[in-house]
Amino acid sequence: MVISAETRARIDAAIAKYPKKRGALLPALHLVQEQTGWITPEAARELATIFDLHPIQVMEVVSFYNMFYDRPQGRHHVHVCTNLSCSLRGSRELLRQLEQHLGIEAGETTKDGRVTLGREECLGACAWAPVLRVDETYHENLDVDAAKRLVDGLE
Amino acid sequence: MQKVPFVTGYLTEHFGDDDYATLAGYRRRGGYEAARKALTEMSAEQIVELVKNAGLQGRGGAGFVTGLKWSFMPKGNDKPKYLVCNADESEPGSFKDRLLLERGPHQIIEGILIAAKATGAEKTFVYIRGEYAHPADVLERAIEECRAAGILGAKCLGSDLAHDVIVTRGAGAYICGEETGLLESLEGKKGQPRKKPPFPAQFGAFGMPTTVNNVETFSHAPHIVKNGAAWFRGFGTEKSPGATVFGVSGLVQRPGLYELPLGTRLDEIVFQHAGGPLPGRKVKGVIPGGMSMPILPVSQLDVPMASEFLRERKTLLGTGGVMVLDDTVCMVRVGCVITYFFRDESCGQCTQCREGTGWLNKIMQRIERGAGSLADLDILLDVAGKMEGQTICAFADAAAWPVQGLLRHFREDFEAHITHGKCPFPQSFEL
Ligand SMILES: Cc1cc2nc3c(=O)[nH]c(=O)nc-3n(C[C@H](O)[C@H](O)[C@H](O)COP(=O)(O)O)c2cc1C
Ligand code: SF4
Ligand code: FES
Repeated sequence: MVISAETRARIDAAIAKYPKKRGALLPALHLVQEQTGWITPEAARELATIFDLHPIQVMEVVSFYNMFYDRPQGRHHVHVCTNLSCSLRGSRELLRQLEQHLGIEAGETTKDGRVTLGREECLGACAWAPVLRVDETYHENLDVDAAKRLVDGLE
Repeated sequence: MQKVPFVTGYLTEHFGDDDYATLAGYRRRGGYEAARKALTEMSAEQIVELVKNAGLQGRGGAGFVTGLKWSFMPKGNDKPKYLVCNADESEPGSFKDRLLLERGPHQIIEGILIAAKATGAEKTFVYIRGEYAHPADVLERAIEECRAAGILGAKCLGSDLAHDVIVTRGAGAYICGEETGLLESLEGKKGQPRKKPPFPAQFGAFGMPTTVNNVETFSHAPHIVKNGAAWFRGFGTEKSPGATVFGVSGLVQRPGLYELPLGTRLDEIVFQHAGGPLPGRKVKGVIPGGMSMPILPVSQLDVPMASEFLRERKTLLGTGGVMVLDDTVCMVRVGCVITYFFRDESCGQCTQCREGTGWLNKIMQRIERGAGSLADLDILLDVAGKMEGQTICAFADAAAWPVQGLLRHFREDFEAHITHGKCPFPQSFEL
């Protein structure tokens, strides 16, 4: 079993909130990812059993959503918004500089497994562009140096 | 960095006060009195009539009359009925719902309670985009406070209404903002929009009658119940009553949020409230209502921000996300950013949309590189035209409109790329 007893208990609590069990699939995927970082094939099989689905049905959902991952991820996600208002305020230059700084391209993970760099569509913070998201936290109005320092500070 | 609105009104008046997001702080400012009135003194029909008379229109982008939508819910209790609060806010250029969630969670819950009474719904699902982890936490905390205080539960505010609110986090897919894509996602599936009919009021979340409203739409309801329809009509235009929270972003002096009556002129928003262009620059064009809405050139900003006026200029209010572009900006690059987004976010069910968004982006990039031809401009318009009104949901229209807008008003930028064989705007933002 890769899904821990604690995660399983939280999944069961989520299931209780919905009129149909499957309503808790997105919450469950979030919970499993919190525990394991990505949706491993074993986790998908276990989720399929919990939700009375076929594993491929779980993986179809995983692949539809940008925030669910079907492969290992870095310990931190650094996502730069490259939509219009952020692009107008230099976000693509910021992303390029971070790519150089980390030696990887958007979509890749550093060799030490520390950071996965990504681009993001509008994050809903357009007035404070450019915006990037580190895991669940937004950082706004960033210049290149501040962004580099932020990334360097990640464990 | 200003986080609360530069201009406040009835929705955002207290957003600068940190305790307003707590139950005690909200109640200190009269919170839940409107819900108490609706739940204990008014019938469902009276609430629907009131909201209809106020003329409130949905603030999620489509502008449907809210009271009318509530009246579509079937009467009787043979099936459970649900509300959905659409907190997916992923239209680029929109960021008002995030603020309403973070600073006014109880205002939303109060609006939900009023709508619950009006529609007979027993439960509300708030579907919030996955990236909004912090707003989701703030809302969850407010819901917990309400459960503990008996505002939510078996006897809401001591009335005979039973209601609970569940928060569901999305996971990064723009199409889940479309109401039936949202419903699929809420049911644990891929967020692919449903064919309509049946409409959500008949067959919605988990197959039950459902009303979907935007975060801001719910937030207006307490104020209407408290102050009446005539008061609400004192703001805005005859056809578009009330205020809204405009989000201004892009190349202006004071990007941020502005709560203003509908019908406020776009040039007033851009030049007065948001301080106009950056030093030494000139405004070139403005996207008035989130990225899906066709752009207007600087010569056409003397338009009241209400759909009945914007429609005359071939654009719409959308979500009120105002994106300002100045004279350094290459409109072909803008086209590349926009078409990339729609290509990436199409759910792939309809051929016109799946193929069309891909072609728009491909041709746009070819022109940007300087490898396009004049015939490409006709192809862009032809593809865009074939995407309109043909598909399961309005996403394909939303992808076509901005391209049509760019070519309507900035065709010379496109022609310059083609004739020079490269981008003629050396100072434009990097792509
Ligand atoms: C492609 C697409 C994306 C949408 N995204 C959102 C969204 O993020 N938030 C929202 O409230 N409405 C969105 N809508 C509109 C919803 O379908 C729906 O009309 C709205 O939630 C209804 O609420 P309202 O009547 O209160 O505006 C979207 C529509 C389309 C076609
Ligand atoms: S129009 Fe596009 S997004 Fe909407 S259902 Fe069809 S393919 Fe999906
Ligand atoms: S465009 Fe970057 S947050 Fe909206």
